Order: sequence, then structure tokens, then C-alpha cells
Amino acid sequence: MSRISEDQVKHVANLARLVVTDEEAEMFTKQLDDIITYAEQLNELDTEGVEPTTHVLDLKNVMRKDEPKEWIKKEDALKNAPDQQDGQFKVPSILE
Amino acid sequence: MSLFEHSLKELTRKLNDNEITVTDLVEESYARIEEVDGEVQAFLTLDEENARAAARELDEAGDKGASLFGLPIGIKDNIVTKGLRTTAASQILSNLDDPLYDATVVRKLQKEKAVTIGKLNMDEFAMGSSNENSSFQATRNPWNTDHVPGGSSGGSAAAVAAGEVPFSLGTDTGGSIRQPASYCGVVGLKPTYGRVSRFGLIAFASSLDQIGPITRSVEDNAYVLETIAGHDEMDSTSANVEVPAYTEALTGNISDLKIAVPKEYFQEGVNEEVKASVRQALRKYEELGAEWEEVSLPHSKYALSTYYLIASSEASANLARFDGVRYGRRSENAETMIDMFKNSRSEGFGDEVKRRIMLGTFALSSGYYDAYYKKAQQVRTLIKNDFDKIFEEYDVVIGPTAPTPAFKVGEQMENPLTMYANDILTIPVNLAGVPGISIPCGFSEKGLPIGLQIIGKHFDESTVYRAAHAFEQATNYHKQRPELGGNTK
Repeated sequence: MSRISEDQVKHVANLARLVVTDEEAEMFTKQLDDIITYAEQLNELDTEGVEPTTHVLDLKNVMRKDEPKEWIKKEDALKNAPDQQDGQFKVPSILE
Repeated sequence: MSLFEHSLKELTRKLNDNEITVTDLVEESYARIEEVDGEVQAFLTLDEENARAAARELDEAGDKGASLFGLPIGIKDNIVTKGLRTTAASQILSNLDDPLYDATVVRKLQKEKAVTIGKLNMDEFAMGSSNENSSFQATRNPWNTDHVPGGSSGGSAAAVAAGEVPFSLGTDTGGSIRQPASYCGVVGLKPTYGRVSRFGLIAFASSLDQIGPITRSVEDNAYVLETIAGHDEMDSTSANVEVPAYTEALTGNISDLKIAVPKEYFQEGVNEEVKASVRQALRKYEELGAEWEEVSLPHSKYALSTYYLIASSEASANLARFDGVRYGRRSENAETMIDMFKNSRSEGFGDEVKRRIMLGTFALSSGYYDAYYKKAQQVRTLIKNDFDKIFEEYDVVIGPTAPTPAFKVGEQMENPLTMYANDILTIPVNLAGVPGISIPCGFSEKGLPIGLQIIGKHFDESTVYRAAHAFEQATNYHKQRPELGGNTK
């Protein structure tokens, strides 16, 4: 049984803001299915009650003082922007 | 003889004694690049004008107190350099010619007066094990240019092996420093997670990524880590743990060393030549007075699955920032904002990056989160516990770095899973967050380098270096050079 269908791949691509052609969807479905099928070996392990590790260091809420600092100037922040207007990043229309 | 045959400390001494100038070193670097980089293709961007100007300035200033004074370095292209093109080998950043700030490691190198020669090729966003996923060029292995240099820090390892720079920085998320170091016959360390600031490293998988040095010798490696390690307020996951003088740990004495050798690291898929070289290395350790015993890290075989679920999940979140709004390439084929996001990303990312973003998005999506992502995080705990248990009794874990020597260009591009298997012995180290080094320990019949991996306890790079250095000093593998350009054996 396949773990992921072509429709699911297209759905996931949309969530990730990617476009896939029908041809690419077919290729990715096969490849992702292989990877997910392989990864299901983890089900051999009983992990009942095992704490998940999100991070290896025992860190919690690393805080610093909330003080304003010199960082990047607005003009600099905009200089690599593909498009800008009136000191702001400009994007195509949001409404279709 | 190339100046880069000398250790970094020796070069520093020569500079201090006015035997050589910084300009000599920088010119040596560019001359070698001119000579061999057409074949090796390690560099994506050269910073010749600035490097030459910096060299002149340093030669004139004459204040040689800094620890890396005048030493030429290459930097992996996912480490941000202010004003110097930084692309992570991706089309989506191919126009980022003028980044706004320096990564903390770059600032530290500059403070110690190292000279940046240029930026080094890699697999796109550090996703890959051969450099064939770079969207610009495929770096070749200096030992045999029909073979890959490994990845993702393939450019960083190849540049050092080819004598283009005496040292470089790489990054390691699942083996990306150690595996190319192994393939190229150089020394590469992945520090403990949190040892080196990740500020200014273009994030792939934030709970796994670390920056580390690639060098020709263990001493050079320890010397560079002394400079780049330490807490940084710009990276809240960088640990507030004292940085020892690593070079002082290189005593040559390992008679007290207790080595664990996991039987899982000699199982299926590990090539016979690699096994033989590692076994020979263990005999050398015995001669040097260390003790070794076979142990088990029982969850090793689950590391690859665990890694691809966790790393891809984190990548899918980290790479969401590349959307064509603030920097990077924006697609010209879009009427609406959503289409602009989609087209910019689809045109800008290569297939491997898309594959991992989709895998991660899938593993994190509602209905699959517990089955894949959470499960992987639980298995990560088991893998980490395996190491914790072994380190109660042993000082280091030793095994091969990679299952095989460097494979041929094109050989593994068909099936992603085959490519992933190259990292099977390095991935557990990232999942556990412990430090690991690869040092040369032999050559295959075809003359390709083989690497020995030495893994240590959290924040105990000193013992890893001590063990690596003792072996290196008792062998000659690190003194071998590839036949390339004017070099002959």
C-alpha cells in the first residue's frame, strides 16, 4: 500500500507554497513513498512513555534585557529587496 | 613546497619572524586556485580584491598579536558574509551579492585577523552528500576527479585537500563536515551542539546544525576551534560553557583512554576496505596504550529514518522564509502574491530541497504529526540514551566515518535513499548532539582516502582531539597529497 498519494503530494506542495507539474508529482510521490515506507521501520520500536527530544541541550527561556540596539538600517534592509516603494517591501496584489 | 604544508601555528611563527608576509600567503592561495580550481571547482565566489587589500593592510600594520593573523581561509557558502555574495548554492539566493551582516564565526575570524579568500561550494542549503545538489557546479574530489568530494561541505573539504587554502569552515547537520573530510583525506570536526554560534548560518535543521573547522591536521583544527567556539548572545542555543585551550589537550598520551567500538558501525553496507582500515587503526590505538572494547549502540539502525523526519520537518519551517519578498530571487511570472511565493520557490529551489520541504511538511501535517514527527523525536531520545550509557564507561566511541570511500560522480543521483545511506554513521552524532571528528586512517586500493570517526562526550572536544592527534602523530596518512596540478606524489 502506498503511504502517500499523488493528490496528497499536490496538497503538501500547496501547503509548502510549491508548484509541482503532473510529471513532478508522479516522481515525488514515488520518491516520498519510498522514504516514508523506509521510515516506518520506527514502528518496530515501542516508544510508549518515551519523552520526545526536541533539543539536546537542557535550555529553557533564554532571556536578555529588552533594550533597543543599533542593528540594520531601514535603507540597508531594503537594498536586497526585489521590489520596494516608500520605504517598504512591495509585493504583487494580495487579492485576486 | 607549498606554504600550506606548514601548520597554522608554524605559519604564524613565520609571519612573526618576517620570513613570509600575509601577501605571500594570499597570493599562494589564489595561485593554487588558478592552477587547480578549474578541475576541483571548490570555490563559488572569490574575494580577491578585498583579500589582497586586507593582506597589504596587515603587512603594513605589523601588529601580529591576533591568533589567526594573516591566515587565508575559505568559508562555506551557507555562512553569511557581509558584502560578499552568499547563496547557499541555491538559485533562490543567486542574486544575494550584498548580504547585510557577518555571521558570528566570521566576526570572530576577522577579529583574529584571518583573511577570507572566498566562498565554498556545497549541496544546496546543505542538503546532500556529494555536492551534486549545488545549483551552480559539482565540486570534484582532488584525489580522483571522477569522484565526488562528499557533502554537503564538499567545497570546504576539497579546497583544503587541494591546497587552495590551509583551512576552511564547513557545517554539519548529519555528517556534512565529517563525510567530505573522510572522502577528501582531511580533518573535520563537528563540535558539540551549542559549542559554536549558529548566528548567520543559513538554517537547515536548527536542532542539529553546527559550524566546524576543516584542516590538514588535528592541531590546526583544535587551534581554529579555540577561536570560533563560545557563547554568543545572538544565538540563544549557543552554550554558556567555558572554551578550553584545545591545543593544550594534544599531549600524545592516550594510555588512559577507554575506547568503545560499536558493532553496529561494522554492519551491512560498510565496505571491507573501510572495515580493514578502521580495524588497523584500532590496533594502532592498542600499540599506543589505549584500551578498546566492542559495545552496542542498539538504536543506530533507526538513526537514518529519525534524521530524515526531524531534519526535513525543521527544514520545511526554516526554508519558509525564502519567498521572494525581502531578498533573493523573485519570479517574474506571477500576478498575485501567492503565485509569486509559489513560483519564486519552485523556480528557486532544486529537487532535493523540494523533496525535503515536502517530506517535512507532510510529517508535520495534521493527522501525521504523531505517527512521524513525534515518533522520530522519541526515537531520538533512545539514540541519545545509547550514547549517554556508553559514555558512562568509555571516553570516546570510534568507528568509520562513512561506509565507503568517495563514490563516482553521477553514481547515486537516481535514488535519494541510496544517497542518504552515506550518512548512516555520522547522523547519530548530530541526533545526540555530541562532538565527532573525521581523520584520515588509510586509502582504498584505488587510492581514495578513508576516514576514522572519533566521537566524544558533550563539550569534551579536548578528549576527541587528544585521541585523534595521538593516532595522527603515529601515522602518515595526513601527510599524503593528491596528484593535482603541479603536485606529484
